[in-house]
Amino acid sequence: MIDFVVHDEGDSVGVVVVEGVHAGDEIAGWIMDQDKEIKFVAASDIPIGHKLAIKPLKAGDTVIKYGVDIGKVVADIGKGEHAHVHNIKTKRW
Amino acid sequence: MSQDLSNATFLGYRRENGRVGVRNHVIILPVDDLSNAACEAVANNITGTMALPHPYGRLQFGEDLDLHFRTLIGTGANPNVAAVVVIGIENGWTQRIVEGIAATGKPVTGFGIEQHGDHETIMNASKVAKEYVQWASELRREEAPLSELWVSTKCGESDTTSGCGANPTVGNAFDKLYPHKATLLFGETSEITGGEHLVAARCRNDEVRERFMFMFNRYQDLINRHKTSDLSDSQPTKGNIEGGLTTIEEKALGNIQKIGKECMVDGVLDKAEAPTGPGLWFMDSSSAAAEMVTLAAAAGYVLHFFPTGQGNIIGNPIIPVIKICANPRTVRTMSEHVDVDVSALLRKEMTPDGAGDALLDSMFRTANGRLTSAEALGHREFVLTRLYESA
Repeated sequence: MIDFVVHDEGDSVGVVVVEGVHAGDEIAGWIMDQDKEIKFVAASDIPIGHKLAIKPLKAGDTVIKYGVDIGKVVADIGKGEHAHVHNIKTKRW
Repeated sequence: MSQDLSNATFLGYRRENGRVGVRNHVIILPVDDLSNAACEAVANNITGTMALPHPYGRLQFGEDLDLHFRTLIGTGANPNVAAVVVIGIENGWTQRIVEGIAATGKPVTGFGIEQHGDHETIMNASKVAKEYVQWASELRREEAPLSELWVSTKCGESDTTSGCGANPTVGNAFDKLYPHKATLLFGETSEITGGEHLVAARCRNDEVRERFMFMFNRYQDLINRHKTSDLSDSQPTKGNIEGGLTTIEEKALGNIQKIGKECMVDGVLDKAEAPTGPGLWFMDSSSAAAEMVTLAAAAGYVLHFFPTGQGNIIGNPIIPVIKICANPRTVRTMSEHVDVDVSALLRKEMTPDGAGDALLDSMFRTANGRLTSAEALGHREFVLTRLYESA
């Protein structure tokens, strides 16, 4: 059972691919490019399709997904916490 | 590569100019907003014809007018169209569109409404439309190689599952079609923001790369000129954000999964401009679904791959739009819109190669005549791109 996927092992975030992930759930992730599995505990309720931090992120950090810069952290995000528009912003426009 | 496509063929309609279509439409094409009513009346009179109403065509000028003509002529010239009746308020612009379409050799007749009125125009146009549709109904499909198939792609209402499931499925299929000299297209200029260096690196040579960066920067300039915010209400869209996409960069990196891993960008097109050879082309275009698909159809593409995450329901009047979805919730709640369900990819129960093959299977069946979900549901979004205000 896969609860979330990560594109590349260097990424800072993963994507929840099942419905109903709640804080405290033990969740299993699949790192697609390296075909590895990881496990940890979700720290927030996270809707399907939304991201979670797979490592702790500090305000000002660059967020990496697909091995590429996808924006900047604007509020600290703990491992397993919901990562979205409330704590990540674009660097463009 | 699990599927051997070296001798693969599809069944299409070979047109007078040699291009091959996968549909056999007779369309009633308005030059301008004023002529929509007459076009719809003709389509109502004559079974098997289709009107393509739109809101523009008056007082446009310069590049915006050129684009209007290019889009309407390209739509009529598309090989999915067997014959065209053109109706405009006056004869001048009507004949300009008729002549553009007539260059393909297909049957086309124009009618100007002034000095005739709607009644006489509808009667005369209906007589021609009846002849056309009866003639078209006897045309037969014939076998054609993959090198004669033109396929475009654009995603919509994307979410994070698009980037890890539906878009790489299109990329896998594009990588398999490319060696067989299919003519392929992607675009959505603003939605490459954050991944432009990756697309630039895939360009065939410096000339193509410079042209791509010119188009990319032109769109960035437009956004910077008109924006009132960081576009976080528009790009990503509210639907994208609901689906978990956070920034334009993240959306762009998911978007460009559609061009696969192996095919090169062979050329760059302006909006509604036709490619001049096989390979993968980039078209400068809006990221709004119906605008981009309309431009792709006007450039001559006959079939479209449309990956979605949250469930964009778009279709097009003249080209079949195949929907691919990897989001299990969308597949469950909006199944009538999904042609190719690849949600098993994210459960590791399907391989990327298997997903690409499933899409190609759907592509062949659709090309050969099977209606897509969007066609069966009556989705005919025909949306012209405007560049600026009318005069």
